[in-house]
Amino acid sequence: MNRKMILTACASVLFASSLATTAKAEDLTLCWASWDPANALVELSKDFEAQSGHSMNFEFVPWPNFADRMLNELNSGGKLCDLMIGDSQWIGGSAENGHYVKLNDFFDAEGIKMTDFIDATVAGYSEWPKNTPNYWALPAFGDVVGWTYRKDWFERPELQAEFKEKYGRDLAAPDTFAELKDIAEFFQGREIDGTTVYGASIYTERGSEGITMGAMDVLYSYGFLYENPEVPYDMEGFVNSDGAIAGLEYYKELYDCCTPPGSSNGYMSEGIDAFKSGQVALQMNFAFTWPGFESDANVGNGKTGYFVNPKGPNGDQFAQLGGQGISVVSYSEKQDAALEYIKWFAKPDVQAKWWEMGGFSCLKSVTLAPEFPQSQPYAQTFLDSMAVVKDFWAEPSYATLLQDTQRRFHDYVVAGNGTAKEALDGLVRDWTETFEDDGKL
Amino acid sequence: MLDKKTGQAPAPSQGSNTRGMKGLSDRMVGWIFIAPTIFLLLAINIFPLIWTIRLSLTNYRANRTNAEVKWLGLRNYERILTDPDIWNAMQATAHFVFWTLTLQVLIGFTLAYLINKKFKGNDLWTTIIVLPMMLSPAVVGNFWTFLYQPQIGLFNYFIGFLTGADPSSFSMIGDVALAPWSIVIVDTWMWTPFVMLICLAGLRSIPDSIYEAAECDRASKWRQFWTITIPMALPFLMLAVLFRGIENFKMFDLVVQLTGGGPGSITELTSINLKREAFEKWRTGYASAYAVILFVTVFGLASIYVKALNKVKER
Repeated sequence: MNRKMILTACASVLFASSLATTAKAEDLTLCWASWDPANALVELSKDFEAQSGHSMNFEFVPWPNFADRMLNELNSGGKLCDLMIGDSQWIGGSAENGHYVKLNDFFDAEGIKMTDFIDATVAGYSEWPKNTPNYWALPAFGDVVGWTYRKDWFERPELQAEFKEKYGRDLAAPDTFAELKDIAEFFQGREIDGTTVYGASIYTERGSEGITMGAMDVLYSYGFLYENPEVPYDMEGFVNSDGAIAGLEYYKELYDCCTPPGSSNGYMSEGIDAFKSGQVALQMNFAFTWPGFESDANVGNGKTGYFVNPKGPNGDQFAQLGGQGISVVSYSEKQDAALEYIKWFAKPDVQAKWWEMGGFSCLKSVTLAPEFPQSQPYAQTFLDSMAVVKDFWAEPSYATLLQDTQRRFHDYVVAGNGTAKEALDGLVRDWTETFEDDGKL
Repeated sequence: MLDKKTGQAPAPSQGSNTRGMKGLSDRMVGWIFIAPTIFLLLAINIFPLIWTIRLSLTNYRANRTNAEVKWLGLRNYERILTDPDIWNAMQATAHFVFWTLTLQVLIGFTLAYLINKKFKGNDLWTTIIVLPMMLSPAVVGNFWTFLYQPQIGLFNYFIGFLTGADPSSFSMIGDVALAPWSIVIVDTWMWTPFVMLICLAGLRSIPDSIYEAAECDRASKWRQFWTITIPMALPFLMLAVLFRGIENFKMFDLVVQLTGGGPGSITELTSINLKREAFEKWRTGYASAYAVILFVTVFGLASIYVKALNKVKER
């Protein structure tokens, strides 16, 4: 009997040690943009390292070079990244060109349900083709373009009185884009505490995607559509509709009337600087920037307010989606360990901690929790904004479509060449040519 | 090795001119020595050029290696040559090259002429003047975006001080009319010292005896300048123009840092435009055709220019 027990014990030890060798510790590399949420993820991932035995390395690239660097990596079949938190627009190309591992079977096996995540983020970050149950990423970081304003300036009685006298309403967060422009004009060139301040900081960056993200954020609520909802890739009259033209004209007017001097090439970081340094009353920026304002000495401690992208002239209200999903790179030799990371990251307790650390979780159990709206001053605005999001093309040719948009919008809004109609008509021609090249038209 | 008995080098054996090591002919030995260089040249210059020409005739995209590659013939070339945006980029490049060369030659030659005079602190001034060209273009671009900043930029304050205009009333890199000049100013600031150095070498190569002979003939300083200094320094000046012309035709880093090609596309030079086509839009076939056109243009212009330079040197 004793002999049998000893043999069984030996066999168990051997079996256990063989299991331990199979699940060997790996060095995983996660690639993302270099920004505040990435630092939070480094901290969060320490829990994964402790639990799994794998070690995590990070490759972060500044936003202006992020797409160039990472798409080069994917297109060349590079093995640098095991996990990629890629931009939402990459999903089509990365799925069709085989850069990402399809995650459906993995999600089924691990009981990860996409219905547990905010619907817009699943469509935006995970699905290709859009609105089909083919998943290439797990929603990792929800983001959306919204607005911040100087609540402390808005609350000053003398400014409130002057504004009410001039515009006949209270100085408060705007409900429509027309109201937003009134507020921006009101603050433009005003002296506050001995300093000249300006109306609004908006996106005008030329090189990567800045002005497209900013202008689209307005155009959606003015009636812009990427295509005929009934006929895919039919763009005439939708991209260049009367509403879209009015929206682009509005964006140019806002740029001309109410931005600080020298705002011809500004994106996220320029917006943060302008707001934190007290240059502007209003600021357009992605939600990821908001936690940074709360902890800032100049604009923190209740001085900053947040509001959802305002409504257009017909009451439509949409906002530009940002954010990313996390994918496993198909060229990685450590896919099992990378999938382990995704499994860990999808856990509700990890997602809750992610939100606490400044990461914008997309898990409904976190965002729909009763205490969520009070958890941060911007939490409700984030939720409301995520409910009205739209995104740019996520086609494999998104980069070509994006660069054409950048050129057309910058040419009209910043350089002042031509009219809004000419810019949007030109955009229809550019996009049509691209889709013809792709064989989709 | 010396002969131990005679203390002289051994006489070459018969046939050493035609037979080298282990019975190989000199010609063969020569080929063996130059083969690695030729191989490298073929691998890194000729093969990519041929490959680029081949790609330029297709619709290949480097980000879609799985997609079918279609043969387009000369369609890419036709599209490029009829694309108004490409011609705008060419125009922007021509403006940039023309004005930077003109200003750099004028200022560079003047500085070289002044530095060539013997005065106290001559070496110190030369060192100070050449400092800008020692900096990285990316650093210079970044640094000048701050100088051009309408609210805090020193450049705007300086212009405001001179003209009485409000410094924040104009934006050098945000204004369509000023942006092309903003990049010309920065490139001139950075690279004039290079032209000055080459001109200085030219001026110092002119023998004093020629000027002494001219003095004997009672030639005025003005006449000496036009009949001795300029003709003898001209080959150096032309060399400086060639170097700077080629460099500025492919200008990228400085302008990307300064304006990113904007506002609109007003400072989008051909190299920036080409980079966008190749590595942002990933239209590899189209970008290859674009690169071939640029290569032929620069190669053709440079060849004509070098012939002219040789004629000047022969005079």
